[in-house]
Amino acid sequence: MIKSFVQKKLTFREIDPEKGLRAAMDLSPEAVIDCISDSGLKGRGGAGFPTGAKWKFCRAAKGEQKYVVCNADEGEPGTFKDRVILTRFPHLVFAGMTIAARAVGATRGIVYLRGEYTYLLGGLKKALQERRDDGRLGPAVLGGDQEFDIEIRMGSGAYVCGEETALIESLEGHRGESRNRPPFTADTGMNADPTVVNNVETFAWAACILDKGPDWFRVVGTDHSVGFKLFSVSGDIDRPGVYELPLGTTVQELLEAVGGENAKAVVIGGAAGRCVGQGEFDRKVCYEDVPTGGAVIVFGPGRDMLEVAENFLEFMCEESCGQCTPCRVGNPKLLECVRMLKDGNCSASYLREIVALGESIHAASKCGLGQSSGNVFLSIVEHFREEIMGRAVGSV
Amino acid sequence: MVLLTERDRLRQSLAELAERYGKQRSSLLPILQEIQRQHYHISDYAMQVVADLLGIHPVEVFAVVSFYSFLDFKPKGRFIIRVCRTMCCHMQGKDRVARQLETDLGIGFGETTPDGRFTLEWANCIGMCDLGPALLVNDRVYTQVTPNEVHHIIEECRKVFGVHATQGQEV
Ligand SMILES: Cc1cc2nc3c(=O)[nH]c(=O)nc-3n(C[C@H](O)[C@H](O)[C@H](O)COP(=O)(O)O)c2cc1C
Ligand code: SF4
Repeated sequence: MIKSFVQKKLTFREIDPEKGLRAAMDLSPEAVIDCISDSGLKGRGGAGFPTGAKWKFCRAAKGEQKYVVCNADEGEPGTFKDRVILTRFPHLVFAGMTIAARAVGATRGIVYLRGEYTYLLGGLKKALQERRDDGRLGPAVLGGDQEFDIEIRMGSGAYVCGEETALIESLEGHRGESRNRPPFTADTGMNADPTVVNNVETFAWAACILDKGPDWFRVVGTDHSVGFKLFSVSGDIDRPGVYELPLGTTVQELLEAVGGENAKAVVIGGAAGRCVGQGEFDRKVCYEDVPTGGAVIVFGPGRDMLEVAENFLEFMCEESCGQCTPCRVGNPKLLECVRMLKDGNCSASYLREIVALGESIHAASKCGLGQSSGNVFLSIVEHFREEIMGRAVGSV
Repeated sequence: MVLLTERDRLRQSLAELAERYGKQRSSLLPILQEIQRQHYHISDYAMQVVADLLGIHPVEVFAVVSFYSFLDFKPKGRFIIRVCRTMCCHMQGKDRVARQLETDLGIGFGETTPDGRFTLEWANCIGMCDLGPALLVNDRVYTQVTPNEVHHIIEECRKVFGVHATQGQEV
């Protein structure tokens, strides 16, 4: 088994996944949705959409067959907390999916697991079979009137398939090309039927909330971001691993928790996130300040920020689905500019044009990939101008 | 005794796969993933058969195969070694591991050994950021790989071939 360091205090360790499920089955679907809405839970996959509202839309949408899809594509560079959750707490995730099924009236569940995590498949299938064997899944969940079963479908190495509409395309047997939204998946998802798509961690928290109640969840956080969140922390730190911290934790507090006090920069949110420099370490990690799906990558004093920008832009150029021109053609232009900077060949006026191009890509791209692909580069240009300008050829 | 050609056998096994997963479009990826697993690539002929079985145009199948980086239409090695090249693994020393793999296998990235046993590729973030450098050998994950361990990983794969090993066949 692959063993990541996990901080000792971890709520998921203390929760009995089945208690939340039992509570949900005794409630009306509307009451389940109210419980989640009252808790203030927002999506843990990055975008931070209120989970209760999503479920409510899906419940209200018309369709004979509804689906609950667990997004286990975890492709964002720097995130690995979903892998840890799926390894250690699969029942919590499946219980959360079953609760969602109860809430929206879905009978079919699908886990979209990234191909890189194929080694987890055996354990997950075993957990599903245990649930079928004792009636936690099947034609009558816990002996009630809810039918629900879960199957696992594999990804095949495409980051964009983590985007929820591309994920649906992939499940339907197509190229993982994102769709325009609206329509949203809650309304028009799998086979054009109403579909709830949530992150692995979101389902796990939903199961906790049904057990402990909405007020229990609200005790920590900020006005717009409540509850704890799992962070995947890596890079130049003493203790890389998974940490559970309240939303609203400052970057500085986070660095102290992981042993990264001498950091020069932190990229929060992975390749789609942004780079925070030393002057901003008092900023809060939460939806209204520096948002993240959980990826925190720490860079020590010796790191070249252009190398960071180059690596993440290479990633984006490779992973763009290629549908829209700004994303397909624009990102390689940004990458080319980073390489010019590395060689000391980029004039200040050209850099200004490229920054404007980066903003156009953000504005004109169809999905979240193109809308965020330039963020790391643009924030590095903003905070590290002294470092990136005037390079001598072959200096690094 | 009926003699089956390689193609007959493939057609038969694909028909079974389509039976198992169902002949709807949404079965396309699971079917292709299974072909990839068994044959280390998806040949033109296999794409044609799958298209016929699901009632879609072969170009549709090709479009899907060419989109996903874990599906290949060109023959790949029995073992595909994918080294994570994303930032976290990069910072933890992926270049030295990659260099040792190239040297030990005698091929560069994107290439397959002449005996068809190993393919070397880069991967984008494989989710082992806290345990880099990391790599995949088919479905297996190796974490915190040192350049010195590369040799053992390759040897572990080689054991599969044994002394009477035959090479994979093109179909
Ligand atoms: C390029 C791209 C990749 C994404 N990858 C993931 C992913 O791997 N896992 C995930 O949960 N959400 C991912 N998302 C976000 C999903 O589109 C979606 O917002 C999320 O699954 C909703 O779940 P949540 O509300 O529980 O966070 C990605 C978005 C984009 C634009
Ligand atoms: S923004 Fe990029 S990844 Fe998203 S749909 Fe457009 S081309 Fe595809």
